[in-house]
Amino acid sequence: MLNKYPLWKYLLILLVIALGVVYALPNLYPDDPALQLSTQKSTSVVDQRTLATAEKALQDAGIDLKEAEITSAGGTLRFNNGEDQLAAKPVIAAALGENYVVALNLVPTTPEWLSSIGAGPAKLGLDLRGGVHFLLEVDTPAALKQRLDVAASEMKNSLRTERIRYRSVEVSGGQMSIRFLREEDQQAALELLQDEFSEYVYSTSSEGNDYFVEVGFTEAASAEVEAYALQQNLTTLRNRVNELGVAEPLVQRQGSNRIVVELPGVQDTAAAKRIIGATANLEFRLEAGLDANASDIDTLTFRDGSGRTARLERDVIITGDSVADANSSFDENGRPQVNISLDGKGGSQMARVTRSAVGRNMAVVFIEHKSRSRFVEGEDGKLTEVRRSYSEKSIISLATIQTTLGNSFRITGLDSPRESSELALLLRAGALAAPIYFVEERTIGPSLGAENIRLGVLSAQIGLLVVMAFMLVYYKVFGIFANISLALNIVLLMACMSLLSATLTLPGIAGIVLTMGMAVDANVLIFSRIREELKAGLPSQQAIHSGFNRAFTTILDANITTLLVAVILFAVGTGPVKGFAVTLSLGILTSMFTAIVVTRAQINLVYGGRKDKRLFI
Amino acid sequence: MNIPFMAMRKVVAMFSIAMVLVSLGSIAVKGLKFGLDFTGGSLIEVQYTEAPALDDVRTLLAEGNYQDVTVQNFGSPVDVVVRMGNAYTPTLGDEVLSTLRDNGNVKVELMRSEYVGGQVGEELREQGGLGMLLALAIVMVYVAVRFQFKFSVASVVALAHDVIITLGIFSLFELEFDLTVLAAILAVIGYSLNDTIVVCDRIRENFRIMRDTTPYDLINESINQTLDRTIITSMTTLFVLVVLFFFGGESIHNFSLALLIGILIGTYSSVFVAANLLLAQNITREDLVPTPKEEIEDEMP
Repeated sequence: MLNKYPLWKYLLILLVIALGVVYALPNLYPDDPALQLSTQKSTSVVDQRTLATAEKALQDAGIDLKEAEITSAGGTLRFNNGEDQLAAKPVIAAALGENYVVALNLVPTTPEWLSSIGAGPAKLGLDLRGGVHFLLEVDTPAALKQRLDVAASEMKNSLRTERIRYRSVEVSGGQMSIRFLREEDQQAALELLQDEFSEYVYSTSSEGNDYFVEVGFTEAASAEVEAYALQQNLTTLRNRVNELGVAEPLVQRQGSNRIVVELPGVQDTAAAKRIIGATANLEFRLEAGLDANASDIDTLTFRDGSGRTARLERDVIITGDSVADANSSFDENGRPQVNISLDGKGGSQMARVTRSAVGRNMAVVFIEHKSRSRFVEGEDGKLTEVRRSYSEKSIISLATIQTTLGNSFRITGLDSPRESSELALLLRAGALAAPIYFVEERTIGPSLGAENIRLGVLSAQIGLLVVMAFMLVYYKVFGIFANISLALNIVLLMACMSLLSATLTLPGIAGIVLTMGMAVDANVLIFSRIREELKAGLPSQQAIHSGFNRAFTTILDANITTLLVAVILFAVGTGPVKGFAVTLSLGILTSMFTAIVVTRAQINLVYGGRKDKRLFI
Repeated sequence: MNIPFMAMRKVVAMFSIAMVLVSLGSIAVKGLKFGLDFTGGSLIEVQYTEAPALDDVRTLLAEGNYQDVTVQNFGSPVDVVVRMGNAYTPTLGDEVLSTLRDNGNVKVELMRSEYVGGQVGEELREQGGLGMLLALAIVMVYVAVRFQFKFSVASVVALAHDVIITLGIFSLFELEFDLTVLAAILAVIGYSLNDTIVVCDRIRENFRIMRDTTPYDLINESINQTLDRTIITSMTTLFVLVVLFFFGGESIHNFSLALLIGILIGTYSSVFVAANLLLAQNITREDLVPTPKEEIEDEMP
């Protein structure tokens, strides 16, 4: 019989709708502003005692707490509103001390029966939540240069051991050039180096009385160095972001030399930027003796701005990379200090050097890699950015070695408690393998995020009403069918967003609104086809049947092409625009289901299998 | 109701060509007013509790030694956007914010701050252009496979027509072209194609059914048959876009505007341009319905 669905088809549709409703439901529960407690160390855990301390501190400060619980990620403290949450953060951070990280977060209030079946609200993008987005570029040429610098000193050592005399070694622009006075030396060196350092490519040249060996990377080797630098920086950035105390941060590689960092809910962007971009490191060096060779000496100034200088040996005992743990505190006189523990290798190296240097001075040198951007006008009048990187070295402290130093000691001479705690954080998280630059930064204040949500939801509601009213007026009873399908379409779309844990952005909401306008298209195509068939004199059951059948290929073709474009949009776009592509393409898919199958089911239920009667269309 | 669309084809063609030429001219002469996403640079958007005099803000920033800044209202008198040139330091946004706060004398809240490096902007521009071309190419292939080559030429030219005119309007009226507008234009490609496909589908179907009609009348008839649907779908879509334009907030203002313009032109082009181009290419029944072999055998007993 025409226009009858078998029972299983109705049941299947009901099942899909029921699932859609269940998985879309969590989006109706608003998130709680919360504080996330976690710990970086294995020695301390977040337990009931921690929560009790936090609760007590809140009580003393007169801040209302909604709920406190232990979760797999640590502890969660929920608050009634954003103001309480913001006020509570410093209170709790002070009460728990440095071993705990307190992060702002939004925690879903999904009821347990929903979360137990894996349902949860859609993730909100930064433009709806507030937060910072950074795009960082890893300075891979600098990484290559660093590697060549290391290779240079190793090669010099080999040449010296083999008693091959060289005049100078220079590293510039990803190339190393070793100068010799005699051709025999050049040849001998070439043989030796090719044998010992096979990962480099060599070439020779001569100019007047000078003979050169040029050393460069093989393509594979330079790719490996770059990949290593990126990987190392990713790890370091993850550590630093974790130390910052951000709930649900994102640190991800993008392309060959870029890293995306997204920190939702971060308010103090200046601090975040300082810590993420910091390239600070430490070096421990001995003060040079009076008889030291001038070429082995660096003269550095002190950091305190007094203009004092000291002559230090070029050789570095250890760097900040050997630090296993560091934390900040105050010394007897209330000045900020950093307590450092070294790892095994660093500790024994330190002990070996200081044993024979008791009574001499050791300096702690603070190094910062910086870059300066300048804009240079090219020949075509276009401004291009020229970056020059340089490093600043200064002495934090110079103190006499009283006894052999072991695994742990402390550094004083820092400007402020902020500086000491940031230095401790950077030493814990590790140094960056290569300098990084901010190439893009977007900060969205929390109030703009809330405003965007309000505007998005408002326009979605108005849009829905307008479209529904129009369909009702134009298609009467069939308009009701289309409207029910439209409403279900939005439910299914939200359910898909939640299930795929896709990120909802403001353009994403715009995509949903746009989908509403376009989702009725399939129904419009079908209904106008039915009207045509009725006009051509077909009985109503026949008209419905052929209306659906003949509109189907059109709908399919039209939607597939739109889907193709949406996929391209996804590939090209970034951040918010990607969100638009996601809702647009999901909307196309769900609307095909609701407009074709669900509308048909309703029509079949109402009209199917009965005598031909007048259709209100 | 039977509107003689094809009778207007010459006038319409002249109109479309004129629009495209004006648009191309404007893009060539005036160019597009690219937003921060594509040019690189920094901006911050702040909200005052009381509407400030923009000149005072400018003076304040000039005193703070910020050259090369523009200060504008953004949607409402209390919202102010400060755009800065290319010189970037990671702390610039915070510095400007504290300058605006004028030692805490003025209450200013940071809404957003953005910095895009020149290199990134350039890449986005390239990527965006490539994306648009890629979208057109894929559409061309799909339509050629599902329909026929003449249809694919017609629909791609119609799409290019829509994109060029939308870009032209953005260039002519100096509207800011940022990443969201690019997204809108890609969505227009998808939407307008949707419209064109519906018309083409009907033309193909009619070529199979109506054997004695000339292509001219047949195309006219097909457009009339689908007109109902074309108008209604465009209307519902335009409704929601108008809602987005007025209620969606300043940050998606140009996005909804681009969609509005694009969809209006897309509707026009699916009725007039695509069909016109099919006729211009001498589309015939044989292009779509391969002469079945059985019939030939039947005629030769």
